[in-house]
Amino acid sequence: MAMSSSLLWAVDIFGRVYTLSTVGQYWELCKDTQLEFKRVSAVKQCCWGIACDHQVYTYVFSGDVPIRYQEETYENQRWNPVGGFCEKLMPSDRWQWSDVSGLKHQQLDSFTLPSPHWEWESDWYVDENIGGEPTEKGGWTYAIDFPSTYTKDKKWNSCVRRRRWIRYRRYKSRDVWAKITSHDDPERLPDPFNDISIGGWEITDEPLGRLSVWAVSLQGRVWYRENVCHHNPEGSTWSLISTPGEVAQISCGSYDLLWATLWEGQAIVREGIDRNNPQGISWSTVESPSSDNGIMHVSVGVDVVWCITKDRKVWFRRGVNSHNPCGTSWIEMVGEMMMVNVGLNNQVWGIGCDDRTIYFRQGVTPSELSGKMWKAIVCGRESDRSQTGSSTSLLSAGCFFTDDIQNQTNTVIQGDADTSSDTELSSIPTNLSSTPPMGAAASSASSTGSQAAGAPASVTVDPLDSDQGEAPAASASDEKAHLESRKSTNPTPSTELQWTNIDLKEAHRHAVLSVSTFTETSSLSSLGMFSVGAEEQYGADEHPLWAWVSGGGCLVDLHSPLKWFAVPSGLSSSVQSLSLSITPAQTAAWRKQIFQQLSERTKRELENFRHYEQAVEQSVWVKTGMLQWWRNWKPHKWMDVRVALEQFTGSDGMRDSILFIYYMYHEEKKYIHVFLNEVTIIAEVLKEGKHSFALYTPERTKQRWPICLAATTEQEMHDWLSLLTMSCCESRRIQGPPSHHAIWSVSCKGDIFVSEPSPELEAEPHPMPCDQMFWRQVGGHLRLVECNNRGIVWGIGYDHTVWVHTGGYGGGFIQGLASSADNIYTQSDVKCVYIYENQRWNPVTGYSSRGLPTDRYMWSDASGLQECTKANTKPPSPQWSWVSDWYIDFSTSGGTDREGWQYAADFPASYHGHKTMKDFVRRRRWARSSLICQGTSWLHVGTDQPFVSISVGAFFQVWAVARDGSAFYRGSVSPKKPAGDCWYHIPSPQKQKLKQVSVGRTSVFVLDKNGNLWYRQGITPSYPQGSAWDHVSNNIRKMSVGPLDQVWVIADKVQGSHGLSCGTVCHRTGVQPMEPKGLAWDYGIGGGWEHVTVRGNASQAPRGTVPSESPPEPMESEGSGRKGQAERSRTPLMVSERQEVDSNAVNC
Amino acid sequence: MTDDKDVLRDVWFGRIPTCFTLYQDEITEREAEPYYLLLPRISYLTLVTDKVKKHFQKVMRQEEVNEIWFEYEGTPLKWHYPIGLLFDLHASNTALPWSITVHFKNFPEKDLLHCHSKDVIEAHFMACIKEADALKHKSQVINEMQKKDHKQLWMGLQNDKFEQFWAINRKLMEYPPEDSGFRYIPFRIYQATTERPFIQKLFRPIASGGQLHTLGDLLKDVCPSAITPEVVLSMIEDVITLSPVWHA
Repeated sequence: MAMSSSLLWAVDIFGRVYTLSTVGQYWELCKDTQLEFKRVSAVKQCCWGIACDHQVYTYVFSGDVPIRYQEETYENQRWNPVGGFCEKLMPSDRWQWSDVSGLKHQQLDSFTLPSPHWEWESDWYVDENIGGEPTEKGGWTYAIDFPSTYTKDKKWNSCVRRRRWIRYRRYKSRDVWAKITSHDDPERLPDPFNDISIGGWEITDEPLGRLSVWAVSLQGRVWYRENVCHHNPEGSTWSLISTPGEVAQISCGSYDLLWATLWEGQAIVREGIDRNNPQGISWSTVESPSSDNGIMHVSVGVDVVWCITKDRKVWFRRGVNSHNPCGTSWIEMVGEMMMVNVGLNNQVWGIGCDDRTIYFRQGVTPSELSGKMWKAIVCGRESDRSQTGSSTSLLSAGCFFTDDIQNQTNTVIQGDADTSSDTELSSIPTNLSSTPPMGAAASSASSTGSQAAGAPASVTVDPLDSDQGEAPAASASDEKAHLESRKSTNPTPSTELQWTNIDLKEAHRHAVLSVSTFTETSSLSSLGMFSVGAEEQYGADEHPLWAWVSGGGCLVDLHSPLKWFAVPSGLSSSVQSLSLSITPAQTAAWRKQIFQQLSERTKRELENFRHYEQAVEQSVWVKTGMLQWWRNWKPHKWMDVRVALEQFTGSDGMRDSILFIYYMYHEEKKYIHVFLNEVTIIAEVLKEGKHSFALYTPERTKQRWPICLAATTEQEMHDWLSLLTMSCCESRRIQGPPSHHAIWSVSCKGDIFVSEPSPELEAEPHPMPCDQMFWRQVGGHLRLVECNNRGIVWGIGYDHTVWVHTGGYGGGFIQGLASSADNIYTQSDVKCVYIYENQRWNPVTGYSSRGLPTDRYMWSDASGLQECTKANTKPPSPQWSWVSDWYIDFSTSGGTDREGWQYAADFPASYHGHKTMKDFVRRRRWARSSLICQGTSWLHVGTDQPFVSISVGAFFQVWAVARDGSAFYRGSVSPKKPAGDCWYHIPSPQKQKLKQVSVGRTSVFVLDKNGNLWYRQGITPSYPQGSAWDHVSNNIRKMSVGPLDQVWVIADKVQGSHGLSCGTVCHRTGVQPMEPKGLAWDYGIGGGWEHVTVRGNASQAPRGTVPSESPPEPMESEGSGRKGQAERSRTPLMVSERQEVDSNAVNC
Repeated sequence: MTDDKDVLRDVWFGRIPTCFTLYQDEITEREAEPYYLLLPRISYLTLVTDKVKKHFQKVMRQEEVNEIWFEYEGTPLKWHYPIGLLFDLHASNTALPWSITVHFKNFPEKDLLHCHSKDVIEAHFMACIKEADALKHKSQVINEMQKKDHKQLWMGLQNDKFEQFWAINRKLMEYPPEDSGFRYIPFRIYQATTERPFIQKLFRPIASGGQLHTLGDLLKDVCPSAITPEVVLSMIEDVITLSPVWHA
């Protein structure tokens, strides 16, 4: 059989068996539909299953090669003087008809077909061959006596002769389910079967098509099917394999791995399986990863083991191989599954706990056996086309799962790596119960007056009604809601499960590390938006609900894309680009070669001739254009300005540039100018929906008043941005990728900036003021970024995906001019855009979209100040494209009613999720997800890290914060053993929930959710966990501790002389070895900063000398000298009471 | 490659050290010193040789000066080929500096185009750009550009301003993400033969099977003979992006 494509097998909850081809897009109903099945286990050539009658069946594919078996028997004769050769044999002789050895009596008519699945190909005939040579007619071969060597020639002393009779039988039950009948002693016959797993064909390839078939009976006994091979697809008999307990389920890998689960919740592992002993020898026991929840299901591959515990959590077993089939430790994976199945190449499929959708584990490679994320298989069934949607099937499906759904409200497959399954997840119903109301509400969205349509729709699904409010809320990313719902549904209090060691060998307590999501960070909220309410959902009756999946015959070729995941059109290009035949590695190699050849050419052609005159003289180049400028004087507004960038080339060949902005002031021509070598940052900002960017100098940073310029088109803005960025870099002689010491930062827009630290930055007593730091943008889009001082930089996207910096630079808008092509990859990120639908109550019509004249827009942003309709709201920028339609967001903080509404007395007010007598207005939030795809220097990394924050110190101390806000220390991490061995739980300070951790050389700082910064006391080499938390400051949004133990933070609010900025980069001064907590704060760039990391900066200040530049004098205009600064920063960050936020800060 | 600044810079700043000598038969008043210059590979001879012209005119009588033209080992050098191409085509094995003979008389009408002003070069250059864009984007990009963009492109080349040039040229080198490449790859394969100076053909960047074509595929397709020991490939575009010597 040509196996260019292969099949994934699955059973739906009605017992119908479907297959999905690796090149197909539809589930096809198994050709033989006579039977309903509970379980199937497939390999390439066949599939075994347990039907609803608890009998075992095998389904053998038809193929070009017939399955034939040659029966043979020998006719033996002895010569006697009377009749010559005749049937009369001596009493000591063998039977007249026997097998080849003569020991077994075998008459022609004693042969019967082994099962009804066979048919005779022909009648018996004589084999007229011996050892490949033709015999004389009749096929006799002669010998002196039995047993002996037979020859085809009759000699004088030939006393006996024999000939071979042959008959072929052919296996006929192909492409149908063939019941496995047993001729065993009825006493020993297995009781009805419960589970089956086949594999083991790689243990030995003799005989052809040999398979290990393992089955579990209802009484918990394990059976091995003997002699299953190509010409005996049914095998012969069942052998009982003794087990240490009652077995619930079994899984057999393609090679020598065999695991089973016991009813008690442990796993047992078969040892000693090899060529000579495919049944193995003995069992070892492996404990469940969770002490409270035993193992329910296990599946093994070549050298991987996945399991599901009774709480439906998914676990991956590390360190499994032929020599150690038990592996070493469990890692919790994202998602809640009914079952998982490991197929060929260790690829993994699972069935979602709530949605009964089949998920494919993406990114499983030999180097990353645990894969990257679950991706829902969204394929219709061939049969759907002819089926009419029937409400009965919906109801029966719903009833079938009532219990499941009520117990499991967590509908999303969430996690840092996994929410990146973004659009895939969004396009399928995530929860059966939430589907009908969501779909109805979404479809009624276009006309606000028709919510009535939504209500009756939701009534029809009565049995599930109780869930409708709860499920969507739980699936939201709003962490609080999420946690609460988990608490409410999880029978075990989460506090008891807070932490533990996931390594079974070292600890007795077992980890229940909750799946990671991110905590909210300030302005950008709610991230799990894809889980809820995506439109284009299938009706529940159209969405197949799966019970079992088997990928043992499914060969997923990593290089040919599957068409199983209905890809939104917006995604196709990026997907396509990944599937192109030329790999990034190839491109990189070519690029290197080309670059090398060019360099060689330059060397060859220029080296000895540099003194030659240049043919073209360098000159001044001016770029001019019309932009808008956010003018300096009140009332502040945009005004048209002429802008000119003059570029000079100095005698040293370096370029410098001045930016002139010409404007009219009271009909008088004026201008301001900026030397680009003084510019500290050029950042894209979103100001009044314009394509605008801000330009800071140290002076303007102090004022919190950048030069804001806007272009008419995004392209024009990018042209200016890249030109200005280039010019800044050139004038500061910065080029190439960021250094290992670079300070990385992410703005609230997700833009990434790096700053190359100078040695003076940490110089005491007069460090370089951090408002003088130059930040340049690196392409890409991230939510947070972390690095160490060895050039390792990791980031996490808005969709919780993890990215690693490849050492390239540029990308994004910096394409072409200032970027490397090497190490540029497609980065994608998904972000939600929210708009609000506002309504006011009036006595006539009730709630309607008719507001008061003073009211906000009926479709607005969160503030109500901007009109945002569904039609006019655009993705965050043109680089983003929509990947979903608008849907109601039920995860808004404060809660919503069933239709997503939140009520309040008036706009603006605090909203609550239920209507009261005092409420006259209501609003609901609509969300729409958008996707950005750009070439950047970030490479996607899959992970199942269940933490929200992690940090690596100089001595490989790994600290992390889990989603529940507790801290962990990882023991025994070293360069040789980067994974360490186990986690130690560190209690949070004063019951605070932590959200971030940062580890310097020795210092460990954590940040809690209330903005308090804590220092870990009492850390010593022998006691790296430390002893207690010390409070350092409040008003902190993010922090970063450098390799010199320097401390940098993003402060929530900082008062400048002209305005207040939120999200400000600040530097802790006075940090000394004996004073690791430092003394005061110094304020740097700010307004809209989300995150900073200085973990790359290990540049030591020149010792004992004052930096060559004179220490920064206090700015006169600033009105607060160092003394004042020291005063005000002695204590935690001070903020003015005035809550007015400077509109000129880099707001996003 | 078009988003690779390192490579682009190296291509842009490719220079050929050249020694200009006046043709022996030119009549001079004084002895003409050779003139040494670093020529940008991506530019045109007549665009960057004002200094050469001035230098030799100083020693010549005004009436002897006609249109300047250049010759290398007997081959008149076509000014409308990029300098790098001329060098690779005719002189790649020569010792540096490249020795070019300067003529002011006997303009080889049948070999060379006249170049009376820089406007002629600009027109030729823009024609190449437009031709390339016609192949790449059905001329959509170049047509959407403003006159000043065209000017900036040209001025960038003329003044050897990498950023100025690439700020505009970048747009010509982009394609929408849903396409996986240009419509056709603009290219010409130049040969040192006179009967067929270059080969040009429509060539898609993507094979029917979806695979990206490589330069090797292109050569296989376009000159299967590929027996020419040395094929010089030069993208005509703007660009001039690459004129690496391709050893077939």
